[in-house]
Parts: sequence; C-alpha cells; structure tokens
Amino acid sequence: MTIFKLAVRNLLGAGMKTWLNAVVLSLAFVTIIWAQGLYKGMDNQASRAMIGAEYGGGQYWVESYDPFDPLSLQEAHRKLTGTLEDLVRAGRATPILIIQGTIYPEGRIMPIVLRGIDPEQKLLSLPSYFLKGTGPEIPAFIGTRMAQASGLKLGDAVTVRWRDVHGTFDAKELRIAQIIKTSVQSIDSGQVWVPLATLQEMAGLDNEATIVVADKNIRPSTAISGWTFKDLNFLLQDIKELVRSKTIGASIFYSLLLFLAMLAIFNTQVLSIFRRRKEIGTLMALGMTRGRVIELFTVEGTLHAILAALVGAIYGVPLLSYFFVKGWSVPEGMADSFGFALSEKLFPTYSAGLVTGTTILVLVITTIVSFLPTRRIAKLKPTDALKGKLS
Amino acid sequence: MQNSVLIKTEDLVKIYPMGEQSIVALNMVSLTLRRGEFAGLVGPSGSGKTTLLNIVGSLDAPTRGHVEVLGESIETLSHKKAAELRNRHIGFIFQTFNLLPVYTVYENVEFPLLLLGLSPAERKKAVMDALEWVGLADRVRSKPNQLSGGQSQRVAVARAVVKRPEIILADEPTANLDAENSHHILNTMEDLNRDLGTTFLFSTHDQKVIGHLRRKISLVDGKIAQDEILVKNTPGEVAR
Repeated sequence: MTIFKLAVRNLLGAGMKTWLNAVVLSLAFVTIIWAQGLYKGMDNQASRAMIGAEYGGGQYWVESYDPFDPLSLQEAHRKLTGTLEDLVRAGRATPILIIQGTIYPEGRIMPIVLRGIDPEQKLLSLPSYFLKGTGPEIPAFIGTRMAQASGLKLGDAVTVRWRDVHGTFDAKELRIAQIIKTSVQSIDSGQVWVPLATLQEMAGLDNEATIVVADKNIRPSTAISGWTFKDLNFLLQDIKELVRSKTIGASIFYSLLLFLAMLAIFNTQVLSIFRRRKEIGTLMALGMTRGRVIELFTVEGTLHAILAALVGAIYGVPLLSYFFVKGWSVPEGMADSFGFALSEKLFPTYSAGLVTGTTILVLVITTIVSFLPTRRIAKLKPTDALKGKLS
Repeated sequence: MQNSVLIKTEDLVKIYPMGEQSIVALNMVSLTLRRGEFAGLVGPSGSGKTTLLNIVGSLDAPTRGHVEVLGESIETLSHKKAAELRNRHIGFIFQTFNLLPVYTVYENVEFPLLLLGLSPAERKKAVMDALEWVGLADRVRSKPNQLSGGQSQRVAVARAVVKRPEIILADEPTANLDAENSHHILNTMEDLNRDLGTTFLFSTHDQKVIGHLRRKISLVDGKIAQDEILVKNTPGEVAR
C-alpha cells in the first residue's frame, strides 16, 4: 500500500509527462476496444444477415453439391422425401433448387445461377412473395449488385436460357419483379431468383431441390440418405475466418499504437531512472531496499495504464457509445470489398470481456515495459546513486 | 546504555579499483563512537571522510577490516538487513539536502515513517513535532523548490530525526549554506543531541561546523591523523 501511495505521489508529481504518456496509451486503449468491438459487431452483423437471408438454422445439401464448383450443379439435385418433405410441408424448412443458366441483357451473354424458391416461404428474410405473379413471363427478383452488373431494371424483361435434366437447352422470358438491396453478396451477385415450382418444371426436376434451408429449431438427429446437414458452424466458418483475418490486419494498426505508447513509457522509465538516480540513492539511504525501489518504479510505470484507462474512459465512453448507437458508416464501395455480408453501417459490439481483456492486456504489457528498465536499479550502489552516477 | 559504543571500526580499509590502479580511500582506520557524541570527521577533500561515513551508514562495504554499528557487523550485512538498519536506526543529512522533489515538506519528513509502517496518527504527530523542532511547521505544504537552502536543510534535518534514530550521519551539511543558516542548523542539531541524546557524526571541512564539534577526528590520506576531545561531558551524555 505504501509503495502504491508513493508511486501515485511520484506519478502525479511528474505532471505533464505523466499525462502525455497516459493520453498516448489511452489512444491505444480506446482504439483496441473500438477496433475489436467493430470487428465483433461486423462478425455478428454479417452472421445475422447471412443466417436471416441464406443459412437459416442450417442447410441440408445434396451430397454432390459444392457451392464453389458450378459444374457440380448439373448433378446436384434430389427429390424431397420422408423427413425433409415433412419439414417442408410443416413450414420448418424451405427447399431451394439451383441450376446454371444464361441471360441476355441488352444483347450481351451473362452466365447466371438460377435459384428457385417457394414464394410462400417465411423462413428466410428474402422477399420471395414478389415471385407470386402470373403471366407469360417468369417473375424474378435480383439484388442491386446483379442489377448493376447486368443493367437490368425493375420491370425489364430478359431472355433466360438453361439446360434441363435431359441436357436439352430451352429459353424463356424473365420479368424483373423486384430488385432487392442486401448485404449478403452470395444471394445477389450473379443470382436470379425465380419461383421454385417454375424452375422445377423448367429443369424437369419435379419436387427436387439442391439445398433445403432448415428452421433454427431443427436439430438433425438422424442422417437423411443422399443429404448432408451443414450446421451454422460450418456455414459461417468462412466469415469467421475472414473476420479473423481482418481483425489481425487491424491489430497491426493498434499494435503499432500500443508499441508507441510502450516506447514512451519505456523511455520515461529509462529517463526517470537516469534523472532520478540521486533520488534512488536517497530512498536507499532512508532505508528502502533495492527490491522496494524497483517495485516503486515498476508500480509508477504500471500506474500509467490505470491513468490511461481513466483518461480513455473520459473520451472513450462517449465516443464508443456514439458508434454503438449511431453505427459507423462504411465508406462507399468498401462494403463489398470485404468479401462478406457487410452492411453500409456497422454497429460495434463491446462486451465486458473485451474491455476487461484489453485492460488486462495493456496492464500486463505496461508492467513488463515498466519493469525492464528498473533492473538497472538492482545493480546500483547507493553511494554511486547519491553521487548521481549509474553504476 | 550510557556511554555504550554505537560505532566501532577496526583496521578499516577501503580500496577503490580504478582500472589497473587502485585508490586507498581508508587505510587501517580504527575508531570508536559512544552514544550521545557530537563528533566530526575533518579533513581535506579526498581524505576519506565521506567514504567512512558511507561505510558506517551501511551504504558501502569495507574492503577489509571490521565495522560494527549498533552491534551489527556491516561487512557481513545483507542488502535487506543494511536497509533495515538505516531505516530504523540511522538518519542521513546530505550536503545537497536530497529532498524528494515531488513531495511536499510534510511528505518528505513523513517518508521514513511510511517505511517503518507507522499509523497515520503516529506519523502526523511525529512529523509535526520534527517540523516544529526545526521551525518549519508553517511550511508543510511547500515543495522543495519553494524553499531556501537553509529551509531545505532544516527539512532534511527534520527527516533525519523524525524517526528518532540513534545515529545521525551528516555529510558536509553546511557546505551549501550561508553563515547564518549554518549556525541555525548546527544549533538545531546540538539541541537534538542534547534533548534526544542522538549521536551525530559529521563529515566536514567547514570551520563553522568544526567550532561546534565536541570531538574532532582529523583524517589525512585515509588515516586518522588526530582524534581530539574538544569538550568533555557532551550535553547528550549529561542529559542521560
């Protein structure tokens, strides 16, 4: 307690230098929490968006389906039977048929993926009810990215060409019934959504699907022949990996800030020991052991972290709260460059664990950095210190 | 305890290595100091005064010989034990005052008591007593940079006596003071010696200090050249 009291006195007595160090360290502190919170929020937001619009509570895949291999689509379909058919009928799962196709917007050829979905489904947050229309043209909806890439506008008609199960090519007119705005690129770029029954008929794949999106409450206990259940851990692993890699990228930035702050503290400690060697000698003459002098200087350094936390709280709490409530606007054009469902506004998530973890991290690093220069004190002779020498 | 030996050195040698050569700072110094003495090590610069004071104060160790302070052999004392001895029994007064710059007068004087682990009430009483003794009770909130040289040295004296040590070692305590402040400080020390029976050992070549000494130990080239009793029956001894 005495050491702590003395350290507080010394630290506050050092005035401006202490506050400068605390401010620099607080910047690192707040940046770490802000950046980590942002990526955590990004992860949560992306996961929520993908679960809502694409993954549901998990997906049954036809065994031969490989989303990264378009050629697998030709064979990746299977009849809905037994348990899956029951789940679909009960509204606890929704089937999606995926086939390859080509559209010809403004006379250009554009390969696409046709996705058939039940217009009545409520499981995914897709506006599939726009596919209910009747008429000679097939109603379809696309995302804004697809609209931009193809030049299609709401109400436009476009020819679509596909190959059915027998290998026969056919073509029909699509009418763009809706253009949706979504952060989930995988349901937008290169994707055209049409009614499931129509697509099944077009492809000659009656009551067949490529994937079946399950309700959140479904816990698959038994295997369904020909289908593999992919849970959310599997489906979201790419996002998690991407977020992790982005977090590592960001950590380089705040590690640099932290490094600068630590350099300032290290420098302060080294200078302090050099400048205060006479004081160290006096402390020893007054009866302090070398160990306690080292302890005093280390605690003094460590207290920078506590001061930084307090200083950081003064401006960090309102700043981080503002971002928490208002979100952080992703610069235009940057959202799609992240490679996953990034909305235009990111809402950071700050947890108690994040704040505590960051505090402990900064405290431990500061303590180590503060301790390292004090080892010189262990070699210091009181008589040399009193003369102002470093032995 | 009256007239008991507090400091005893026998054939004390201190050699400082300087590259391939070495400097003999103390050469076979044998000395005994009794409780309540008001003695001074006198001699020119480089005669070994400060070295002897540092060894007696357990800040340094001898190269050879034996030093006993309050029954403890300095040459075999661990760092921790030496710090404890200084903390409990020895007060230091330095030529350059050595006040802790960021502390107030009160905090400077309080410092040794914090190390002793005294309660806040005990500390407050002892600090105020010591500051009243040196006439600085009204400057408790001042910082060292707001004090004159004389005031700073009086704070240093208060810091040395606040824990009521048996021995006070004063290294050139008046070297940075004018005549008036020197006499004030020396009078204060004499009062402390008389009232509390504290043993004082000075290192000095200042005639003002020498005029107050009751025992003058002259050092030349690390050897005791002369050991004179200037006044018999020291006030400290009379008090007991």
